[in-house]
Amino acid sequence: MGNSWYGPLADPSGNAGYAADHPPRVGFFTDTSVCIGCKACEVACKEWNALPADGPHHDQPDLLDLTATSYDNTGALGASTYRHVAFIEQTRPRAAAATVDLGMPLPAGDATEVRWLMASDVCKHCTHAACLDVCPTGALIRTEHGTVLVQDDICNGCGYCIPACPYGVIDQRKGSREEGGGGAFKCTMCHDRLGAGLQPACATACPTESIQFGPLDELRDRAARRVETLHRSGVPEARLYGHDPDDGVGGDGAFFLLLDEPEVYGLPPDPVVTTRDLPSMWRHAAAAALTVAATVAAAFLGGRR
Amino acid sequence: MVPDAEFTSYYGRPIIKSPTWKVPDVPLYLYLGGAAGTSACVGALADLTGRGPLRRWGRFAALTGALVSVGALVHDLGRPRRFLHMLRVLKPTSPLSVGSWILAPFGTLSGLAAASELTGIAPAVGRAAGIGAAALGPAMTTYTAVLLADTAVPAWHEGHRELPFVFAGSALAAGGGIGLAATGDVRPARRIAVAGAVLELVATAVLERRVGFARTAYTSGRPGRLLTLARAATLVGAAAATAGGLVPGRRGRLLSRIAAGLLNGGAAATRFGIFEAGIVTARDPAYTVQPQRARVEARRDGVPVGMSDPMHPNDPHDGLQPHALEPERGEDVEAAEDDGNGGPARNPGGDATGADPRQLDKG
Repeated sequence: MGNSWYGPLADPSGNAGYAADHPPRVGFFTDTSVCIGCKACEVACKEWNALPADGPHHDQPDLLDLTATSYDNTGALGASTYRHVAFIEQTRPRAAAATVDLGMPLPAGDATEVRWLMASDVCKHCTHAACLDVCPTGALIRTEHGTVLVQDDICNGCGYCIPACPYGVIDQRKGSREEGGGGAFKCTMCHDRLGAGLQPACATACPTESIQFGPLDELRDRAARRVETLHRSGVPEARLYGHDPDDGVGGDGAFFLLLDEPEVYGLPPDPVVTTRDLPSMWRHAAAAALTVAATVAAAFLGGRR
Repeated sequence: MVPDAEFTSYYGRPIIKSPTWKVPDVPLYLYLGGAAGTSACVGALADLTGRGPLRRWGRFAALTGALVSVGALVHDLGRPRRFLHMLRVLKPTSPLSVGSWILAPFGTLSGLAAASELTGIAPAVGRAAGIGAAALGPAMTTYTAVLLADTAVPAWHEGHRELPFVFAGSALAAGGGIGLAATGDVRPARRIAVAGAVLELVATAVLERRVGFARTAYTSGRPGRLLTLARAATLVGAAAATAGGLVPGRRGRLLSRIAAGLLNGGAAATRFGIFEAGIVTARDPAYTVQPQRARVEARRDGVPVGMSDPMHPNDPHDGLQPHALEPERGEDVEAAEDDGNGGPARNPGGDATGADPRQLDKG
């Protein structure tokens, strides 16, 4: 088994069978501390991938799918939304904020301030991708770039990848056969653009470089330095999420700098690829199957004519 | 900054995606596949021990189960015309792939055995095919537990050790129950049915005890009701099956047939209840966040996972506090219903000591 299913794995593409000269692993570093919530990433992604409106999945006849959650009108990642900008409005004690002494008297007692967290969520392209592991048709593959891709012409819409993803990313698109519905869809990291030497659409469109694209090692270094800078500037709550190869999914191809706990953004605090426990599952299933066989055999042996 | 100790979520939205699998298609398949698997074993052994009627029931039940199963599974696909893509690869990391490669030969061999039974042609081929199907039968009964457990759904994944035994017991009860409807010597079927019922009841109880944070999902709301119904039907069915063996003549046979219906109804209710519990835990982010947050905190503090802090016995990590779900349009909000324990918003009556350490630990 080695680290094919769980644990640090530096080269998932090599592990998947690509030749040693495959391109370096690429990914996203999404620095939410500079996100302005403009949703250019959402628009660029929808345009480049020709994604349909989200309407049918939310069971909402109205095209303006207002969710009443701040400026977030996509709600979550899904089969027609590969970039989802989350908005969280928080009230917190003023003392927790970074302050500059302007020589003015500070209000006494429990003064509060409001801050806005904005983050562009995306498929994590996990090192150990549960969606890929459970796909029975081989539609989900690891690409030469280290990303995870659904081959739409193979997918038969069995839906197994959907509950397998620990981040709740991949989903099944509704719609008729002519519309291409029924299959599972998720971010491709603009695989068609990568082949042409371009960056993914969202990274290209982001005006603040909140979404950064490049070789994963480089991004991880850059992210570590960015966190240090933020800590020095009085933003102690900045932390990286999905950067660690020792985490439950072997580290993500798309990782984040967050300003609060992951669950505040709708991310799981400690995701683990379900395949980690698969050997144990098969062992227990085998034991149970043997129990069935033994029970049936014993039942017949007991009363043999 | 949001304090760590409280449960937070993004506007109460789910974190993982619940399965898009259709009801009744998939839970019905779980039940039918198990019943078919046991029936194939019963049919083959009945054949080898000269019990004609039992053989007949076993073979027909195996084929019927396999056919309806395949129909349900193909219907459940998002792109049904591509159902053969299931056999493109054999992938051990995908229980669905492995299962397809169990179901396909099982169905074929069951078909051959049943065809021979129906036409009377080539009984030797029928016998060999029946034995082949029987060899796959036990796998048919338990691989579906791995299918459910190999997801991020908390109720299923956290029960991955117990689910195979629940499904095994349920399949034995169902298949044995079907055999009870036959005429002639059905003593083996009776033994299988009762043993299966006992295993199903015990394994379900163990599952509910050991599943950790997800326990609330199994014991409240619609899943709780379904599983209670299943328990009752299985208990009464086992009693009726036993009585059917003790009471002679027509009344005994009637009791056996009642047992067959109750045991199968109970087995089906078990599968539907477990399926439903999974959906509940997928939709409520609390089931995903709380155990994971507890793991993170334990690692941070260097505390063995799952043990309460003796300095703070009322630590909010003890037990699950699922929050009331925002009703989605047109959806049945079972998770927000009163569960008899004072509603999901409060700490449900459950394990006061919190999750079982094994469930939160590795492997």
